[in-house]
Amino acid sequence: MTVPEITAIPKRDRLLRRTLRDPLAVGCLVVLVLVILASLAAPLLTGYAPDDSVLADTLAPMSGAHPLGGDGVGRDVLSRLLYGGRTSLLGGTLAALVAFLVGGPLGLVSGFYRGWFDAAAGWLINVIMSVPAIIVMLVVMAAVSQDLNVAMVVLGVIMAPLVFRLIRASVVSVREELYVDAARVSGLGDPRIMRRHILPVVVAPSVIQATQLFAVAIGIQAGLSFLGLGKSSQASWGAMLNDGFTNVYTAPALLVGPGLAMGVTILAASLLGNSVRDALGTTETRVIRRRRPAPRKTAAGVPSDRLLTVEGLRISYPKPGGSGGDKTVVDGVGLTVERGEVLGLVGESGSGKSQTAFAVLGLLPDEAEVTADQLAFAGKELLGVSPAALNALRGRGIGYVPQEPMSNLDPCFRIGSQLVEPMRKHLGISRGEARTKALELLARVGIPDPERVFKSYPHQVSGGMAQRVLIAGAVSCDPQLLIADEPTTALDVTVQAEVLDLMRSLQQEREMGMILVTHDFGVVADICDRVAVMQTGRIVETAPVEKIFASPEHAYTRMLLDSTLEGGPARAALDAPLKDVTS
Amino acid sequence: MLVFLFRRIAGGVVLVVVVATATFLLLSLTGTNVARNILGETASPSQVAAKNHELGLDETLVVRYGHWISRAVHGDLGQSWFTGDPVNQSLVNTLPVTLSIALVGMLIALILSIALGTVAALRGGWVDRAVQFASVLGTAIPSFLIALVLAVVLAVQLGLLPATGYVALGTSGAGWLQSIILPSVALAVGATAATAMQVRGALIDVLRADFVRTLRSRGLSTRSVVYKHALRNAAPPALTVLGLQFIGLIGGAVVVEKVFGLPGIGTLANSAAVRGDAPVLLGTVVVTVVVVVAVNLLLDIAYGWLNPKVRVS
Repeated sequence: MTVPEITAIPKRDRLLRRTLRDPLAVGCLVVLVLVILASLAAPLLTGYAPDDSVLADTLAPMSGAHPLGGDGVGRDVLSRLLYGGRTSLLGGTLAALVAFLVGGPLGLVSGFYRGWFDAAAGWLINVIMSVPAIIVMLVVMAAVSQDLNVAMVVLGVIMAPLVFRLIRASVVSVREELYVDAARVSGLGDPRIMRRHILPVVVAPSVIQATQLFAVAIGIQAGLSFLGLGKSSQASWGAMLNDGFTNVYTAPALLVGPGLAMGVTILAASLLGNSVRDALGTTETRVIRRRRPAPRKTAAGVPSDRLLTVEGLRISYPKPGGSGGDKTVVDGVGLTVERGEVLGLVGESGSGKSQTAFAVLGLLPDEAEVTADQLAFAGKELLGVSPAALNALRGRGIGYVPQEPMSNLDPCFRIGSQLVEPMRKHLGISRGEARTKALELLARVGIPDPERVFKSYPHQVSGGMAQRVLIAGAVSCDPQLLIADEPTTALDVTVQAEVLDLMRSLQQEREMGMILVTHDFGVVADICDRVAVMQTGRIVETAPVEKIFASPEHAYTRMLLDSTLEGGPARAALDAPLKDVTS
Repeated sequence: MLVFLFRRIAGGVVLVVVVATATFLLLSLTGTNVARNILGETASPSQVAAKNHELGLDETLVVRYGHWISRAVHGDLGQSWFTGDPVNQSLVNTLPVTLSIALVGMLIALILSIALGTVAALRGGWVDRAVQFASVLGTAIPSFLIALVLAVVLAVQLGLLPATGYVALGTSGAGWLQSIILPSVALAVGATAATAMQVRGALIDVLRADFVRTLRSRGLSTRSVVYKHALRNAAPPALTVLGLQFIGLIGGAVVVEKVFGLPGIGTLANSAAVRGDAPVLLGTVVVTVVVVVAVNLLLDIAYGWLNPKVRVS
């Protein structure tokens, strides 16, 4: 059972090396080391004691004797700056250390055992964190001790909840892992599991947390001594700031030294923590700007009933991790949809059928690279047109029915307003007219109580209802082409048949062209006129639906058909014997 | 929603009582030399005993606590040990100052963090990196250091704004704004930085959501999708962070008030702490926690208003 220890050490090692490759991190480390060395070497760098007050040296200018001059009561500024560094560094370290000594073990126990201890600790922490730390410090310094170091120990206790939360969250996330279970089953005691499996996980986040606590504590300590708390014999940057501020009209330069020292130390510590986090790679979230794709050929000579023409469509994504080239997910796809025709786009998951559908809608993620010989809707080229032109077309010319009903309605807005907004934009009608039309649509898609659903939020309706709402939304602005991406996959079997019926009747009454993305040949048989079969980004066969079922040409089509026909009736018999979708 | 609010209010009341009790116990540790501190070294033992009796310090801790809490629930927080002034009066005098700078600071933080977080999430690239870097700096630097720089440069050196003093809102609106704008900005920096990062993260997540794609498929403009729908969905978690930041902001106010010479709660607490004036200090703690609870309650209401799942059920 020594494996985790062995893997943990190189991991930490790698983290350290990656951190050290960041020049900013190295800079911060150098600054911190210099501050530490200067504070430790204070007696060598100055002959004055920090609280030696010589009246004649009050606000003395810089000189050989006093390199940084004298302060408001005749003390040597350089000496106070160096010794003050000791107070700050010691205070920051004390507070961070105590926070970890108190919060760490409690978080470990709380996250590992949960139960009443966890609940009680959580409550106590909410209490502690609801009072501003500096106010608690005022009370403590008034009641217990004016010593800044004692205060910093107390501050550590006050900040312990932050450590507690971090450690607890890390422990909760790993304790459910299988290898922790396995270790428990193999008879390893709890303390050993914690030491070997859980401690390695919390080390890196703890380092980051520690640098932050260190920085915060230095700031709070300086704040307290700036307020005039603490023993006057303890030199500190905050007290120096206080002195400088008292003399702000006569000697504002006194503020520069302690202000800079404190600012630089705090920034170095927190930027170092930030670099460690970057090295861990947890903040990697980049939004890549869309590159406007351009068609290689302009649309020309399309038959007048042709709604959609796709030729040579290619979609690729940059491989994760940068320079590794592209991954092509759709490779040279061509298809057409006539007015009033239903085209089934069939394939296994990952075959690129949804990607093809989204490319037609112009809704692929920004990092997708799209090219095509032709991608034309009603004779107009879609690739390379302005976002505004595309927005005018989406909803109005092409409607979209998504797969998963519950995640495709905006949870923050009422269903009615989500139906009304596009209609007002595309059809230029008033709010009242749009409302009337929306209620008609809701009734048309088979919703029993349109008024209620209109006023409801998405979380108040069922999945089947939500899908009907989405279908109503898709056809609300009378599009000529409807793109439906597996519109029944996420629904109960009984609801599936009803939704499919609804889509077919809407399609027929409005003479819409339709692309139905699906992996279900039962759905295909029910509703499609033609079928295009996709495999690994290419279309392997396109044929009228009767021909596909009667004499499939491509081996992959046959394979898909076989698997569906064998699996279909069995599933239907189990789930819904009366409403058999696969007919 | 009502049940939700009621539970929050009940939780807040418990919190205030617990914090007040803990503070009372902590401050009772100072008890021994109070009378002598007040009267000075020359006071005779009988004078000290009389003073102790006058302040009720000759009673047991339980009796003293009982006295304090029974008066406190009726809204009377006692008198200062040193001046004899009613604590309530001192709080009424100082609270508007602290509330002014803290709430204006929150307002600045709210507006700036939404703007910065949105720009970072939408623009990406170097803009995003710059905002992220600035927010690390903004979170780390203590507010009183920012306040010092603002006070020394803008007020003392350039004379653009008053360096010290407070003008009541009722006296002069413009004067009030001038007297609180610098401290408010100093307090807002940290909260802005932390909240902006939350807005940025939440917005990036929401923009990847299915319903955003569906909204775009309906042909809605980018403006409507981002600013009406996505931002609305990203707001609740950002409000939660802002609520936590308020606690830190009030703490920062204690020191920032000193920088700008503002007679607020922080100044009151500071002088009470230096003197060891327990009733006043206790009063400032109680009122601070009440303010924290009240502001978080307001944010809870806003949260519920923004989140229909909480509002409608």
